[in-house]
This record gives sequence, structure tokens and C-alpha cells, in this order.
Amino acid sequence: MKSVSRALVYLRNYWPTAVGGAAALTLVSLANLATPQLLRLLIDRGITPLDMQWILWIALALVAVALIKGIFNFLQGYWGEVTSQGVAYDLRNVIFEKLQSLSFSYHDQAQTGRLMTRMTSDVELVRTFIGMGLLQLISALVMLFGSLILMFMMSWKLTLVVMLMIPFIVVIMIVFIRQIMPISKRVQRKLGSLNTILQENLAGMRVVKAFAREEFEKERYKNKNVELLDENVNLVRLFTTFFPSIFFIANLAVVAVLWFGGFQVIDDQLSLGQLVAFTGYLGFLLMPMFIMGMVGASMSRAEASSQRIFEVIDAESEVQEKPDASPLPPIRGEVGFDQVSFRYIGAEQDVISKLTFTAKPGQTIAILGETGSGKSTIINLIPRFYDVTGGKIMVDQYDIRDVTIDSLRKQVGIVLQETTLFSGTIRENIAYGKPEAKLMDIQSAAQAAQAHEFIIDYPGGYDTVVGERGVGLSGGQKQRIAIARALLVDPKILILDDSTSSVDAETEYKIQAALEELMVGRTSFIIAQRISTVRNADLILILEQGELVAQGRHEDLMQTSELYAEILETQFGDRSELISVVEEEMAL
Amino acid sequence: MMGHRKIGETSDEKPIDTSKVVLRLVRYLRPYWKMVSVALGFTLINAVSQGVGPFLIGKAIDGFISQGDKAGLSQTMLLLAVVYLAGMLAMRYQIYYMSLAGQNVLSDLRAQVIDKVELLSLQFVEKEESGDLMSRLVNDIDAINSFFSQGLAQSVGSLFALVGIVIAMFAINWMLSLAVLIIVPLMFLATNIFSRFARRAFRKTRTTIGDVSAGLQEELGGVRVAQAFNRSDINIRRFMERNRANRDANVSANAITSAFAPAMDVLSTIDTAIVAGFGGFLAVQGIISVGTVVAFLQYVQNFFRPIQTVSRMWTVAQSAFAAAERVFELLDTPLDITDPADTKEMPQIKGHVILREMSFGYDESDLVLEGISLEAMPGQTAAIVGPTGAGKTTLVSLIARFYDVHEGAVIIDGFDVRSVTQHSLRSQMGLVTQDPFLFSGSVMENIRYGKLEASEEEVYEAAKAANAHNFIKRMPQGYETLLGERGGTLSQGQRQLLSIARAILANPRILILDEATASIDTRTEVLIQKALNKLLEGRTSFVIAHRLSTVRNADQVIVLDEGKLVEQGTHDSLLKLGGLYADLYQRQFYSPEAAQEDEKETKLAIGPSFSAAD
Repeated sequence: MKSVSRALVYLRNYWPTAVGGAAALTLVSLANLATPQLLRLLIDRGITPLDMQWILWIALALVAVALIKGIFNFLQGYWGEVTSQGVAYDLRNVIFEKLQSLSFSYHDQAQTGRLMTRMTSDVELVRTFIGMGLLQLISALVMLFGSLILMFMMSWKLTLVVMLMIPFIVVIMIVFIRQIMPISKRVQRKLGSLNTILQENLAGMRVVKAFAREEFEKERYKNKNVELLDENVNLVRLFTTFFPSIFFIANLAVVAVLWFGGFQVIDDQLSLGQLVAFTGYLGFLLMPMFIMGMVGASMSRAEASSQRIFEVIDAESEVQEKPDASPLPPIRGEVGFDQVSFRYIGAEQDVISKLTFTAKPGQTIAILGETGSGKSTIINLIPRFYDVTGGKIMVDQYDIRDVTIDSLRKQVGIVLQETTLFSGTIRENIAYGKPEAKLMDIQSAAQAAQAHEFIIDYPGGYDTVVGERGVGLSGGQKQRIAIARALLVDPKILILDDSTSSVDAETEYKIQAALEELMVGRTSFIIAQRISTVRNADLILILEQGELVAQGRHEDLMQTSELYAEILETQFGDRSELISVVEEEMAL
Repeated sequence: MMGHRKIGETSDEKPIDTSKVVLRLVRYLRPYWKMVSVALGFTLINAVSQGVGPFLIGKAIDGFISQGDKAGLSQTMLLLAVVYLAGMLAMRYQIYYMSLAGQNVLSDLRAQVIDKVELLSLQFVEKEESGDLMSRLVNDIDAINSFFSQGLAQSVGSLFALVGIVIAMFAINWMLSLAVLIIVPLMFLATNIFSRFARRAFRKTRTTIGDVSAGLQEELGGVRVAQAFNRSDINIRRFMERNRANRDANVSANAITSAFAPAMDVLSTIDTAIVAGFGGFLAVQGIISVGTVVAFLQYVQNFFRPIQTVSRMWTVAQSAFAAAERVFELLDTPLDITDPADTKEMPQIKGHVILREMSFGYDESDLVLEGISLEAMPGQTAAIVGPTGAGKTTLVSLIARFYDVHEGAVIIDGFDVRSVTQHSLRSQMGLVTQDPFLFSGSVMENIRYGKLEASEEEVYEAAKAANAHNFIKRMPQGYETLLGERGGTLSQGQRQLLSIARAILANPRILILDEATASIDTRTEVLIQKALNKLLEGRTSFVIAHRLSTVRNADQVIVLDEGKLVEQGTHDSLLKLGGLYADLYQRQFYSPEAAQEDEKETKLAIGPSFSAAD
């Protein structure tokens, strides 16, 4: 129950309502305990001697007690909800914050569907336990011991008879809780994988439809669904084995009390009212034990859920800020790789190994290499999306692991391969990295990225809503917004990951022109497909299977690197062919 | 007329139609009527035992304890023990079969949901917030689950027990029974009033959790960008806002239910007081015995116990009904793209594609494509070019019937695509998209997606043809390497190679390539290009191309601009035309100032190795 108790720590922010709820519930329990005593008085003083006066007074007292109970019952319910919803709110926030800070390595592995399950149904299970389970446990304990004490006072002999049932119930409960834990774990896991399939079907619907795989996906989902059903049935079976037995034992106690107590009444050792009150308390004994069973079940489910929640919260991001990290002062933009290696967690091979090069402030660095040679990795290492597993990266004279992550990333602008836009207006999307930016600045960034024109073509202009539920943008339009977004930050280091690939030729031409201007004064890393970019670069890095096989300027590499020539050739192969065709046509 | 249909937005003010939702949920129980009837049978036994128990207790107190009859008491107690034993067994099977039916219903509901999801059109899913959709599919079904797993069996059992107890009460004394029942109309009234407020409040909890999920979904998808732009703080704040709205909605909803249970409790205690007062009065008058009053005081307790159970479950039920409403809304969403009853199977496609006067827009007012007509003969390759936003992606999506045209028609081998089943149509098409989507699973499974029954050998062949085999082999577990969501650690180029392998394996009659080669490095691309050229042979292909070789080899080039087909012909004829294509061509493949210099250098530098690489 370690994880659940960790979840309980979150109660401290809500201690007034938590304590208030517990106090109110205790009062309710005490009022409950008083009721059979009133009934005893009603029978012994009112009904048996047929004293109408007593009957009416006690009836009134019953109603008064009920009203007080009602008020506190409401308060405990309300405060309990405030508390448990508060804890759920905090837990979700903590998970969300954590997810925002976890490095790319984590997100490469994580599945959105599973994470969503953790943040919704797992948090909900913990909440239910805290809100209902924990409070009910308090009330159950008060009721249990209160009833026992009152019963003992009325008749210790009868109480001993009742106590006989307790060990049986306790044993059943323990066995039950032990068994329910693994099953509820499995249920949650099955639910998680079911949700992952759903998630993928929504996100990858185009592929599902394109390959006409609807039936296959349904099958996949339904198989998991059947598995989930089986586990749920196991859960049901467990419940139905244990709970009726507990009821039965408690009912047997009623029989025993009536039997034994009835003899006592007949022998005048006990009053009828006491016997009736006694059976009333028996009911109070049963309820708490029943509740404790429920709470036990709820606790073991909450434990399983808390474990999953804390798995996320405790996930170690390998990209950690040092405790003594200082902010990176405004940089000139020198970037040095010193024997840098990187491998993914659990992988056997380095993605890049022992890379060494230096980019001077303001230089443009073009990175070439085939798919999977580690190009994207290099640029992901600079803003510390991943941390190097060997060597170090220096920006100016700072090892990037010695400065705060925020201050580093603030000076790095990135256009990633995947252009993700968020639901919101175009303006908000461009201002994503600098929410306080003025419209004028946003517009000029958009202009530089060749996005202004198509933006103002929309009736809503910059306030046009994009993303989910918004207008659909083409791949090229998204990319230009992503470029504008990076430019607005005015970074010292600019990273372009293949960013112009899905823009048409005309647009790309314009973007290129704009970028060239923008690259002035910034250290730029470009994974480029275009020869003109490569030719103008101050430094070209050529990667092959994670190793830096050549570096230098275009002119030098032409002489020294066969691989470079080969890469250029494939690019130029098309081009020289083209040139000859064009010449032919021009001659016509 | 199709326009976009959204899931019916439930306003919080909508009149309460609980009965409709409940009836519909009950209808799901129909296939399990056997389980339900067995459960109801046991419930009956349980109810009888719950009625008989207090009756025996009353008799024991009134008849034997008061009279001092020990033998009679002993007999009654033995009988009581037997009754309780029967009650336990009945309860056990009652809960078991009821929950079993409930879990089956949920399973059916989930299955229905996936059926529906697979039928939804792309346009619908693109327009909905996927997080909210997910929330309907996950959280709302969860809420219904709580009801079925805790509430249903207990509620039904309690209602039966209630009937048993009422009968037993009347058997003893009708006057006091009426006194007990006097409170019932008040309880109904209270329930009614509370329900009205609670329903509204719970609807709000369902929609706000939908918002939370929607936000979550988006932020998880965009977490890389968020980190790149230092946005975490703002995103966290935004998430907190939605989270807070959900918390507050829950607290308000539960304030109502927190008041409900105590209110019922107060009513029940008032009833106890009434029974005590009235019973005492009757006993004083000598109309009934003291024992009867005592027994009735027990009955009142027993009478209210099931009512309390039901009222505790009432919260869960309210939440479940609000959730069911949202799930049903999704299930009832009309479909944009359907197979009418008389749709035929598309026969083996030869590949003769005609677009006739075709128009389409995501919104009816704003056409993305207008009056497009073109024809592709079997085996031909059509290259589609045009500026960004010209409608290229939309055009190819219409051929695969991801959307339905507004006007005109897409005709394949003489069949309007709307007249054949979607499955028979798409199973003969192949697609490589801009943003290759991979499923969580192994590399093998992802390629095999193109042809489920493919042998491992076939998968290897396809991977080799797509030039993916080598890098797959280099991965730690080769073809068995598990890919995370969206491909995990693969580069975009690698993902694209896998998606090409998938398409090659599918061996489609009509192939659609959407800028597929754009982000693969030039070296790999040459090899890909060769594989694709082979793939293109013998099938009708539509290619959104950026590569000169593709355009030049195409049988026809289609030039789109602002949703209109502006030029059409071969590469050569279009160049001569000197229009938009010639213009694009100049910019894309040929920039004179660079080319002149390049030409000299490249010819010098790479001339010799050229033939070797080819």
C-alpha cells in the first residue's frame, strides 16, 4: 500500500475540508449509534408500559437526531468531494507537468492511450478511494467500536456471542483483498491496451481506411474487449464469492443473539428493548465490516492505480537540470561537439558516435547523410531533447548540461520534421514560443516565412482557428506557420529539420530566400535536401551510420570526399539531366 | 448536400429524458435475457428471504420471547438460519448473473463503438477533437461501467426486497403498513426534484472531462514542440484551467447528491417516528399488541435499507445516464459516407479512372476543388503538381473516397465510387501519405498491414523493394523490433520507407503517392525511385510529385491552382505551353544562376562515377 499512502500526501493541501469531512462523519456515526438507544427507550419506557408521553418525546428526539445527522451527512459528503476532487486535480496537474518535462526518450516510448488512461481512470480510482473509501473507513471504525462498547454495556454475554463472528469475517476479508489486487491490475492493463487501439484508429484512420483494414481493426479491438470482459467476469466472481458469505455470517450472528438473548429475556436477565436495540447494533457492526471490505477492495485497486500514476510521476527524465545550473547568458552562437555519442535507452548501438566539430557564430551548417544516419539526432541534442551519452556539447564556453534548460531553449529556434499545430488561432500558433508577441511582430515573422498572404486570404485572417475543429491547412501551409513560429523567437541558434520538404517549389524558393536572410547572424543547422543550401553552407557534415565521415566546405569536400560526391551526384544526376533537357528546349 | 455533421452538442439545459436513455440501456440487456431472468429469479428468492427474516424475528419477539416459549423460539431461530442461508445463496447468484449481464452489455457497447468508429468518415474525425471523442469512448463508458458493476445488481435486488418487505408488513398489520408507506410519495417528489438538478450538473461533469481529455490528447501529441518552444509553463496553466473546470463541475454535481442521501435519511427517520407514535397510539388503544409495534419498528428499518441503497446508487446512476447519453450521441451520429443497401462489390479493378466535373469543399461555402475533369487509362501514371493549397491532397483523397464529392463523380472502370462498397474499393488501392502513420507493434506487423496473410518472405521482399530491409536488419530486434506510437525512434525517412513497403506488399490496382519521397535523403531516394518505378508499372497511379523524374515519366501531368485544373498534358507539351507549369518548373527544378555554375563543377567532379552508380 505504499503508493496509495503517497497519494494521501496530496491530502495536505486540503486538510481543512478533509478534517472537517472526517469530523462531520464522526458526528453522523455517533448520531447513528444513538438511534438504537432511542429505540430501546421507546420500547422499554414508551411502548411496553404504553406511555404515550414518552412515545411522543422519543419520536421527536428521533426526528431531531435525524435532522442533525442529515446536516452533517451533507457536510461530510460535500467536504469529502471537495477534498477528493482537489487531490485528483493536483494529481492530474502533477502528471501533466511531469509529462511536459520528460525528455523525448520517454515520449518516444510512451503511448498516448495509456497515458490518458492513467490521467483519467487511474486518477479517478484513487480519488474514489480517498473521497469515499477513506472517509467511510473512519466512520466504519467509529461505528464498529462505538457499537461494540454500547453492546458491551448492555450485555457483555451477548456481545461475546457476537464477537464470535468477527474472526471469520476478518479472514474472509483478508483473503478477498489479496485476490482482488492482481485481477484489478489486469483489468486496468487491458483497459489501457483497448484504449491504445482506439486511439490509433482515430489518429491513423487514413491508413486504416486506405488499406480497407476496418474489419481487421475491429477484430483486434474486439479480441482485447473479450479479454477485458473475461477479467471483469473474474472480478464479479470474486465479489459474489465473498460478499454474500460475509452477509451470511453477520445474519447468523443475529440468529445467535435473538436465540440466546431471547432466552435471557424470558429468564428476565434482559429487557425486550435491550434485545431490540442489540439487534439494531448488530446491523451497525455488519455495515462497517462490509464497508471495510469495500474499502479494502477499493484500496487495492487504488494501490494498483497509484502505482501506475507514480510510475509516470517518478519517471526519471535523463535530461535533468543540475541543481546549480545557471541561466545561459545571451550567446554568440558558437556550438562545439566534442566526441559526442548518443544511443537510445536500451539500444545496443550508438545512433551517433564520437562526433567532433565546431560551428562558429553565424555559420550555416548543413548536415547530409542517408536516412537513419543520425542527422535528426544531432539537432535534437543541441536543445537537449536528449542528453548525450558520451562526450559533450558546448555552446559558447558552456557545457549545455550546466545551464538551465529554459534559458538554453529560449535561444534555440526549431522547425521540426513534424509540423504540429495546436487548436487555436493562427496568431496563437505563431506566437506559440512567445505568447506576449505583438501582432506586428507576428505578421513580420509570417511574412518572412511566406505565410502572410495565405493567412490574410482566410476571412478570419490571423484569428482564423486552426487545428482540431479548425480549418484544415495543407502540409506546406502548416510548415510555413511552423517556420514563422521559430522565427518569431528570434533565436541565436536556428535549426531546420528538412523543413521545406512539403512546400511547393515556388513557395520553397521564397522561403529559401527569406531564410538565407534570416540565417545571417545566427548559427544555423540545416538538414537540407537542396544543393544550393549545401553549397552555401560554411560547414558541411557528412554522416554515415552515425559517424562523421567528412566535414568541410563544398569546395574541399568535392576534392576529398567520395561519399559527398556520390550524394551530390544523386542530387545532380537528376539536375544535369534536367539541365540538358532545358537546354534542348531552349534551343528549339 | 453533405456538409459536416458534428456530434450533437448537448446543452446543459436540454430537457431531461432519463427514461429514454434508461430504456435504451435496458434494451441492451435483451440478448442476455436468460441471465437476467435467472438473476431476477434469485432476486425473488432473496427478496422473500428478506421479507421472511424480519417476519420471523417479529414472530419470535411477539410470539415466543414475550410468551416465554423457549422451544418455539429455538424452532423459529433454526428456521431463520435456514432462511438466511437461502438468502445468501440467492444473493450470490443474483449479483453474479446480473453483473455478468451488465459486463456483457458493456462489452457490446464497446464493440458497437468500434464498429461506429470504423464507419466514421475521415472528415468527421478530422473535425472532431479526438480527445473528446476518446473521452466518450473511454471515460463515459467507464461511468456506465461503474453503474453496471456496482449499481445495477444492488438496485434491482433492493427493489425486489422492498416489495417482499411491503407484502410481509401488510400480512401483519395493514394500518401500520400504510403509516410506513405514507412517506413514499414525499420520497418520489424529493427524488424528482434532485434528479432535475443532478442531471444537469452531471452532464457538465461529462463535458468537462471531455475537455480535459481533448486538451491532454493534443498536448501529448505536441509535447515535442512544446519543449522546443519552452511552452511548458503556459501549457500547464491551460491544462490546469480545464482541470479546474472539471473539478468544480464534479464538486457542484456532488453537492446535490450529498444533499440527497441525507434528505432521504431524514424522511426515513420521520417515518420511524410516525410508526412509533401511531403504533404506540394503537397499542395504547389495545388495537395491536406491543410485539407488533416492536416488529414494525424493525420493518421500518428494513424498509428503508433498500431505499438507502438505491439512493446511494442514484449518484452513480445519474453520472452513468449522462455518460450513456454522450455515448449514444456518438452512436447516433449520421454517417457522411455510407454504403447504400444496393451497393455492389467492386470487381477486380483495371484502373480506368475518370473524374467528371467534380467539385468538393470541406465547407459547402468554400470549395477546395471545382469542376475537375480528367481521365487516366489503366496503367497510366498521373503526376499532380501545383502550389501549396491548390487541392492536390484533396484530389487524391477523393479518388480513394475518403470524402464524397459535392458535385460530379469519380468513376473507376465505369463504376461510380459511391455505387460500390468502400471495402471492395479501398482494398484495391494503395496509399503512401505525407505523414506516414505506424501502429504500435513490430516492424513486421506494420508492413504486414498491407496484406494480412503475407508470409515473412513476402514481407522481406517488400521491405527489400522499398529499400527498408537494410536499416530494419540493423535494428536490435530486426523485424521484431517494437515500434512505439507513431514509429517511436524511427526517422521520418525510415517511417516513410516502411509505409512504402506496406504499400508494395498490398499490391494495389490503383496507387496514390502523396509527396511520399519528400523527406528521404537523395541517396535513398534514388533506390526508392527505382522500386517505385517498378511498382508503378501496370497500375494506375496518382502521384503528388516534387521530383522531376516522376513528372517527366508521367503519362500526364495535371496542374492545379486554387482548386481548378489549369493545365493538363505531358511534361513536354506543358513546358511548351509556357504557363503555370513552365513557371513552377523553372522555379522548382531549375534556378539559372545556380545551375550554370553547378553544371560546370558537377560535370567535372562527378562525371566519371556517374555510370558506376547507375
